[in-house]
Amino acid sequence: MNGSARQRALTVSLLQRADLWRQADRRARRLARGRSDDAADATRLADDYRLLAHDLARVRMLMPDSRTREYLEAAYARAHATLHHGAWRLGSALLRLFRDEIPAVVRWLAPYIVWSTVIFALAVIGGYALVQRYPELIALFASPDLIASVERGQLWTEGLLNIVPSSVLSAQILANNIVVSLFAYCAGFLFGLGTLYILGLNGLMLGAVFAFVSLHGLRAQLFGFIVAHGCVELSVMCLSGAAGAAVGEALIRPAQVGRIESFRVAALRSGKLLIACALLLVGAGILEGYVSPDPRFALWARGAIGASYWLFMVALLSGWLFGQRSRRPMP
Amino acid sequence: MSEVAPGLAVDSVTGIDVSLPVAGPGARAYAFLVDWHIRVILALGWFVLGALLYNGRFSLSPPLSSDARWFGAVVAPALAIYFLYHHAVELAMRGSTPGKRMAGVRIVARDGGAPSAGALLTRNVFRLVDSLPLFYGVGLITVVLTRDNLRIGDMAAGTLLVFEHADARLPSPAADATQVSRLDAAGAEIVAELLERWPALQPEARVRLARQALTRYGADPAESGNHDDDAWRTRLERLARPQ
Repeated sequence: MNGSARQRALTVSLLQRADLWRQADRRARRLARGRSDDAADATRLADDYRLLAHDLARVRMLMPDSRTREYLEAAYARAHATLHHGAWRLGSALLRLFRDEIPAVVRWLAPYIVWSTVIFALAVIGGYALVQRYPELIALFASPDLIASVERGQLWTEGLLNIVPSSVLSAQILANNIVVSLFAYCAGFLFGLGTLYILGLNGLMLGAVFAFVSLHGLRAQLFGFIVAHGCVELSVMCLSGAAGAAVGEALIRPAQVGRIESFRVAALRSGKLLIACALLLVGAGILEGYVSPDPRFALWARGAIGASYWLFMVALLSGWLFGQRSRRPMP
Repeated sequence: MSEVAPGLAVDSVTGIDVSLPVAGPGARAYAFLVDWHIRVILALGWFVLGALLYNGRFSLSPPLSSDARWFGAVVAPALAIYFLYHHAVELAMRGSTPGKRMAGVRIVARDGGAPSAGALLTRNVFRLVDSLPLFYGVGLITVVLTRDNLRIGDMAAGTLLVFEHADARLPSPAADATQVSRLDAAGAEIVAELLERWPALQPEARVRLARQALTRYGADPAESGNHDDDAWRTRLERLARPQ
């Protein structure tokens, strides 16, 4: 048999398998869309994958510019994606996330958490000192309404519930806080400078406002307002800053082969913490809408709520809440 | 192995690499615009329906004073639909959205498999940066400048947008047609496709193509009259039919 005849015979025998390809592709599409617990499906998909790989290799050689090749490339890629998407069980994935992965991320981020807390605290002190010394600088950090209210001897939070219902207030606050927290994380992309800016700015604002209300004798009222929700809210700010700082450092000093690969590893790993941060901010937002502006809550009650919620945060982030008793290696 | 289409080549345990053509800014923009319209329509639809039910008459006006029911039932869900559309839909459709389907693209991990839930969430969180300062300016610039057309969210999540070719079809008569002595596999495909598209082509164009095919595969094109459309088609069918 000459080469041309042999090639033709191979092509004919190959194309006679077209029905097998169609069946394999249908199965891959079906399994990609739904979920199957049937082990036979997985076995058949693996067989299909081998069949498509084998035939694609021959088609690439025998019919490189054909629609048959285009079809097989697509079918093979689909089978590959279906075979490699892995099992996904929401319940067990969430349990693993909160019990093992987030505590491991927190341990990994421990130095970043310390540093972002230090930076935030220094910014608070800086803002406080600045406005204490130059009160007119409060205009840089606070709105004219807030300044006018404090100058009248009244916190802007007083009577807040008469204007906005608690639920609306909570939703607005938690949405805003979550966006700020996510920004602090994403801004790490600017080699950490964006995160530093957000941490610094928020710290300066907090310190400046505290100094300003202190000058008008309202420090105790402001403390009473923020103590219930603020412990967790400010801690989450530092945690998001730590996640952003890790992303920034991955770009400045790549630990992996390339800068982008290092960025990817750091972003994916530290990003898990943001899920816990967002959930904690939902709770803090609810407290800020329902407890903090409500004058019926005494200071001791607010303090107890704030401390309890902060301990809850520690239990959540350490994995203790979900049954982790010992340190596990990073998955 | 012969040439592989440009794009991402993923190693496979079979030894045959998976070739995934990477989508460029055009396909991305197309998918985004379709999704944007869908989420705007959904969010507006919710808002309008909610407002009408809330007011109990044909009016979209908000209440004069802040009201929890208005915010919780009308405003917040509409905002959630708009801002969480990509997060929710990509998770539910495992890396696809209606817009991506229409553009024929999907999100894959670097190993060619479906991306994890964490990767999809990370990819979407970084939209905050990609969408800066306006109209996805940062994302568009990085898509144009990077080799694999990645926006920052893709870099962070280790994902790519690739063409799916979900509509790639196997020419059905191909297997039979190659049994004809004069046709090779590529020729069989060409003839099959020409016959498939025959009714949609202009008469002059299909006659010209039929003549070229018959000349190329050894038949005498002079046998058919120049204006006899059906005769050309019959000759092509004879060429493609197994003997």
